[in-house]
Amino acid sequence: MDSIPVPHDIQLQLPLPEGTLKILLVFLFMLHILFVNFMFGGVALSFIFEIMGISNKRYDHLAREISKTVTVNKSLAVVLGVAPLLAINLAYTTYFYASTSLTGIAWVMIIPSVSVAFLLTYLHKYTWDKLADNKLIHLTIAGVALALFMVIPLIFLANVNLMLFPSRWLEVKGFISAVLLQNVIPRYMHFILAAIAVTALFGAGWFGRKKYPHEEKLPGFTRSEVKRLFYKIAFMVTSMQFIVGPLLLLTLPVHGLHLTVYLFIGLGITGAILFMLYVWNELHSQREFSNGRFWIIIILLTCTVTMMAFGRHYYRERAVDPHRKMVAEKTELLYWQAEAARGRERMGISKAPKATGAEAAFARNCGVCHAPTTVMVGPSLKEIIELYPDNPQQVVLWAKNPQVKRGGPIMPSMAHLGDAQLTEIADYILGLEL
Amino acid sequence: MDFPLFHLDFIGNRMLVAIVAIVHVMINHPMAVGAVPLVTLLEWIAHKRKDAELDELAYKFTFVFFIITTTFGALTGVGIWLTTSLVNPDAIGSLLRIFFWAWFTEWIIFVAEVCFIMWYFLSWKSMSKTNKKKHIRIGAFLALFSWLTMVIITAVLGFMMTPGKWMPFIREWTEFSSLLTAVLNPVYIPQLAFRTSFALMSSGLFFMFLVPFFVKKQPVRYTVIKYLSIWSLTWLVPTAAAAWWYWQRIPAYMTENAPIAVATQNYATWYHTILIILLAMVVTVAIVATAGIIRSRWVPRFVMLIPFIMGIALLGYFERAREFLRKPYVIADYMYANGLLKDNYALYSEDGVLPHASFVKTKEITPDNHYEAGRDVFMLTCSRCHTVSGINSVTGKFRYLFPGDTPWTPEQISNFIAGMHNVRPFMPPYPGTDAEREALSEFIIAHQNRAFRMEGAQTAGIDR
Repeated sequence: MDSIPVPHDIQLQLPLPEGTLKILLVFLFMLHILFVNFMFGGVALSFIFEIMGISNKRYDHLAREISKTVTVNKSLAVVLGVAPLLAINLAYTTYFYASTSLTGIAWVMIIPSVSVAFLLTYLHKYTWDKLADNKLIHLTIAGVALALFMVIPLIFLANVNLMLFPSRWLEVKGFISAVLLQNVIPRYMHFILAAIAVTALFGAGWFGRKKYPHEEKLPGFTRSEVKRLFYKIAFMVTSMQFIVGPLLLLTLPVHGLHLTVYLFIGLGITGAILFMLYVWNELHSQREFSNGRFWIIIILLTCTVTMMAFGRHYYRERAVDPHRKMVAEKTELLYWQAEAARGRERMGISKAPKATGAEAAFARNCGVCHAPTTVMVGPSLKEIIELYPDNPQQVVLWAKNPQVKRGGPIMPSMAHLGDAQLTEIADYILGLEL
Repeated sequence: MDFPLFHLDFIGNRMLVAIVAIVHVMINHPMAVGAVPLVTLLEWIAHKRKDAELDELAYKFTFVFFIITTTFGALTGVGIWLTTSLVNPDAIGSLLRIFFWAWFTEWIIFVAEVCFIMWYFLSWKSMSKTNKKKHIRIGAFLALFSWLTMVIITAVLGFMMTPGKWMPFIREWTEFSSLLTAVLNPVYIPQLAFRTSFALMSSGLFFMFLVPFFVKKQPVRYTVIKYLSIWSLTWLVPTAAAAWWYWQRIPAYMTENAPIAVATQNYATWYHTILIILLAMVVTVAIVATAGIIRSRWVPRFVMLIPFIMGIALLGYFERAREFLRKPYVIADYMYANGLLKDNYALYSEDGVLPHASFVKTKEITPDNHYEAGRDVFMLTCSRCHTVSGINSVTGKFRYLFPGDTPWTPEQISNFIAGMHNVRPFMPPYPGTDAEREALSEFIIAHQNRAFRMEGAQTAGIDR
């Protein structure tokens, strides 16, 4: 592992036990990504339905209703992202900061691009009536927002992916090369599909709920039509995960894979199959859609996602574990090396001894600007000797309260050295034979 | 600094953070903290007087700050995390360990704030018909939560400038003691008082700027401007008082902190600038607001922005003063601004910084790698604050000390660096060996007349 950089970690202890921190990270991240899904899926579905709405007005109403949820969900997505961001900063400091740095420009661009994407979602929502006759412009607004929302997840994914592989850090030159690492694109596709499926289920719940005034807001749809539409989307999109998922698993570098990871992912896949069967059954039975079965679907999906999240967490742990042990050893070593060096310094046996006495004090504090015979930043010593022959007290007074005498930088006050040391230095200067 | 280092050699790393932070404060103070109590008050007045026009206007004000705070406001807030961790990962990583629970608490309040702001704005129309009183109460809660985030973050900021006499056991550092020191910090209360009253005052100015866009009918327009003028003028008094208090507290700080006292010369100019801006702001707000009360048609809308910008400048100068006072440290007595630990200096002076850095090319200095070694030393020890040839560049600093075309000598530069912290007490002492210092000097000399843009890890990757 010679070619893999093993850096030192930050020395301060974690503010909470590592295990608690990581559980917190997994759950807070799930909460964050739920709303990110609603946001991304909402923008995508709203865009698609609005296009469909050109020929069939009822889809335009649906697109509009979805766009209203986006502007709320996106705010929650951002605010809920802060805690997992801090948690990942703490739990994987060395890794996360390294990958952020290596993709730094893209990382900074998150700020303006998400801001603009958010503004566009507001613009899209609030100009629905005004631009009703200019659908092209209205759709362009949504399209640009969608394009931005498509790029932003790549930045995060490239970062959290790169962080797991210190062995690849040396090859990365900028964001694009981080995206091109083997498994970023499959992870991205996995995310996009999941976001749409989760949003579709949100849609089934939100627009299919009893209290929702669908006759007023969604003319042309019955309640069960809305539910059916969203269940169908969730089903179709999730079925594609059965191709993307294995692709993702196959492209993952093997060093993070082990039994626990397979176990959780296996449980996740089982959950996904049950979820698919249940949705299929709900779509093809003759009964009315029921609230109870909706919640069973949600619970199945939640279990799937939780299992996948833990699988991912154990993959991450395994991927960085050997490296992290080396980092910890090196960090500890540096601490004791520094301690030893401080000890040597205290005992006056440092390998880089500091000179003492007036000459050294002069060099440290005054030699910076004053040379024996030449003018540097300040006047030469020769000039000082001629100015204050046998008058060290004047030199001390000046040094404590310097004035501007000629152009150039003004001398800073040296009062902090104290009268005793200043006198010593002054005596030294005036005693020189130049 | 044992991370691959992000570096912007033209604008400088600090400028990146400054831009994001300034935009955030410009949005956060008047809109998030200041505007909510004001619109809630307007809504309440409208409700008492059954004034639908005023209610509609308060709603429009809310619309504007809702859109801005939930886009650029929120993202620049997160952006401070994103940029500071790029620019100084050691400092942010360590501060996060010290202040995790404070920030976690702030986050919970922040989540509540976001929920309340959406509830407040999005339910305005529907709740106005059913339960106006409840809606006004939501506004009051939102105001409280917005202000609480300021209460906490100001404490965290305050901590960073407190001298380090109370932290001998850094490895046993506790959240409680750090928060306590932060809150007991003598500038905490004045700073919070200033920020709060400035936020409230500037929200009035900001709305006065918006009024002409929203209200076309003359009598209503003038009445509203009159109300807003009274609001701003009222808050001008505590703003000026708190700023004065804050300003008075700073020198006491400097005398307490011996090495800083030496930097008085550099600081004195800022100190006077603060006073001048403060007075100018007070006078302009007083004039504008009085004119708004007596004869509001006299006041053109863009005039409202002038005192607001002055207030932001004032805040900026206070921030600069605060930044200045904590130097040369980023965490008092523990970590220098360059991200290096004070405790590691003895080791670095024996071994050098290069052998202990994991992401640099040169590990030791040989007769033919001085330039490369110097560049690496620059990256490790100078680049968090300085560029090579851009803003706040090292070459610019030396050009000030050694002007003219005479080529700099390694001795000149190297001598200065060795003693620099004695004559520039806000600078961390130079770490590393004499050989590394000479290599650094040669690197700097190479760029005396030849501008150089050093690439950071974000484009160059890890070069080792």
